[in-house]
Amino acid sequence: MSDFPKPDQLLSDIDRKPPQMDWMDTPVTIRKGMYCYAANPKSVEYTHLPFPHQWNPLDEDWKLPENWQEILHEGFKVRLERFRSFKLFMDICVRCGACADKCHFFIGTGDPKNMPVLRAELLRSVYRNDFTAAGKILGRLAGARPLTMEVLKELWYYFFQCTECRRCSIFCPYGIDTAEITMMARELFNLIGLNIDWIATPVANCYRTGNHLGIQPHAFKDMLEFFMDDLEEITGVRVEPNFNKKGADILFITPSGDVFADPGTYTCMGYLLLFHYLKEEYGLDVTWSTYASEGGNFGSFTSHEMMKRLNSKMYAEAKRLGVKWILGGECGHMWRVINQYMDTMNGPADFLEEPVSPITGTKFENAKSTKMVHLSEFTADLIKHGKLNLDPSRNDNLILTYHDSCNPARGMGMFDEPRYVIQNVANNFYDMPPNTIREQTFCCGSGSGLNAGENMELRLTGGLPRANAVKYVHEKYGVNMLATICAIDRAALPTLMDYWVPGVGVTGVTEMVANALILPGEGERTTNLRGEPLPGMEDE
Amino acid sequence: MKLDKLLSQHKNVLIKRWFDEVVRTYPVDTASFLKQQKDPFANPVGNTTLKGLEALFDVLITGMDREAVNSFLDPIIRIRALQDFTPSHATSFILFLKQAIRETLVKEFHDPDVITAFMNFESRIDDLCLMAFDIYVKCREKIYQLQANEMRNTTFSAFQRAGLVKDVPDEDVPGLRLLTPPKNGICNV
Repeated sequence: MSDFPKPDQLLSDIDRKPPQMDWMDTPVTIRKGMYCYAANPKSVEYTHLPFPHQWNPLDEDWKLPENWQEILHEGFKVRLERFRSFKLFMDICVRCGACADKCHFFIGTGDPKNMPVLRAELLRSVYRNDFTAAGKILGRLAGARPLTMEVLKELWYYFFQCTECRRCSIFCPYGIDTAEITMMARELFNLIGLNIDWIATPVANCYRTGNHLGIQPHAFKDMLEFFMDDLEEITGVRVEPNFNKKGADILFITPSGDVFADPGTYTCMGYLLLFHYLKEEYGLDVTWSTYASEGGNFGSFTSHEMMKRLNSKMYAEAKRLGVKWILGGECGHMWRVINQYMDTMNGPADFLEEPVSPITGTKFENAKSTKMVHLSEFTADLIKHGKLNLDPSRNDNLILTYHDSCNPARGMGMFDEPRYVIQNVANNFYDMPPNTIREQTFCCGSGSGLNAGENMELRLTGGLPRANAVKYVHEKYGVNMLATICAIDRAALPTLMDYWVPGVGVTGVTEMVANALILPGEGERTTNLRGEPLPGMEDE
Repeated sequence: MKLDKLLSQHKNVLIKRWFDEVVRTYPVDTASFLKQQKDPFANPVGNTTLKGLEALFDVLITGMDREAVNSFLDPIIRIRALQDFTPSHATSFILFLKQAIRETLVKEFHDPDVITAFMNFESRIDDLCLMAFDIYVKCREKIYQLQANEMRNTTFSAFQRAGLVKDVPDEDVPGLRLLTPPKNGICNV
């Protein structure tokens, strides 16, 4: 009996309060459920990135090259010289705290190192130590610390707890873009082979076969043919999309998630139906490509060079096929890359024409240089000109709200077009509270390559602020469907809803369009694209 | 009865003390955010916790309807089951109410009736803590289930569309009968 602890001892083991110490002294503990698995060395090797190796974040030894500190120091230096913005972001933060409580990961996890200011400070402290006079002389007094193995682990852990959503940046009085700090940190990790597999393998696949899953051209076409069969069953109409058609007017590119993952697949069926309608009614000539079969660009979570490489194949394919311009599907970071980086990386795309809708004559001035138009913009324009024959009552069983996907919202300022489309194809729509939508939208918690299975706790805590706002409209208005225009959202949000707000489904906007679209020569529609009965058709 | 009256009279102070103790389970910078930010959409953790504690306090006085208690407890535990807490750490905040009452009503404990009533009240708090643990376990199970579902859906749907999944009637599966437990519980094999 003497071995048993006394009641007081037992209680003292239940540590209720966290240690109160300075952040520099708070050790990092890499917790299961909060990190993604290490990159498969084969994927790293395939894209010729340095130091492919087998390692495990939970291990003491990360098996780094001997001179890893030197490599990172040099890499840091090169990036400070190359990117003026990075240098500024390292220097100008006054730690006012405006961003501190704006990050979904801080709000959800309650971990202060997820405050954007502190997350950036993790890297800034190394910057001060290595590159500023004050840091070199005063050390810790000036907020500087050397890059030890412990510090590296901390950097790695927290910069893979940022989805590069940029919500914090809109609150920063200096306009510091924390997402770009994260991009730089991840570039540095890649110099010593420390990527995560959910990014490295999709990048390798995309580089090799054109899409994240590494699906080859014939299989990609097969998948679309399955959808064509399903659509024929639902509408009585056989859609016949073009594949790799040379001389087509428009090349359509969407994330491969739409082709392979539910419920994005229904959005993909929506694209097929919409293009069929436009071909029949107005002769629109759109082609899909089985080579540029991915809009998503996981290269942007790896390095600038990788982002450029993956982005370039879309334009190479547009050139090869000789199309006039590119139409882009419902994707997230594809649009950030196009809108913010493409033009200086691979642009201007002079060989393409300035996009004009052949149906309405609308010039898409905003896409003058990139030559790439967003499908929601294109569809909103069609609706505005009365070019679509729609029956919104087919979506009457749904009460919708709209999640502004971070990248189209904050990365390109697209707020109204998707809402305009939804409100014209459905009768029941309610927005979430103002501080959770439009430019202040909360991230799904799974962006920037963090949509893995092993980091489920991270994803669910990061998604809490978004889910909390959905819960509000679910309880107040009976919202049962969350519409969005990003493939990561469509993959991640169903799980998020299942945990926080059961009873709310997830859809793409074009799926809603296709449900409402009356096709020429269609049979009586009794089900929606998911095979569920349309309102009033429950007994059919 | 006297205790109930005292608890109702000191409700605001007690809930404040209870809430303060709960937020002190978070790091100090986080705790001040959880207390100060009143917007429920900017601070879902703090607001969900406070709203839940208020409702639970009322339920403890008026009586325990299991379903109602679950509906107030669940949102708090659902959050704490994901955060960086041990199981005991995630659920023990219920017990903090005992200390809050002891400290607030210390002068009233000379009355034997109040002491007896308080002992009963403490048992209710203990019950609440046990219910919290049940919810905690359900939340953890849900997290594992979500992980498994995602993995299954990723591969299953792709295989199904590619025509690689075939429904096979149970009787055609060799050995399946042997693996299925007989209804009477007696295994004949």
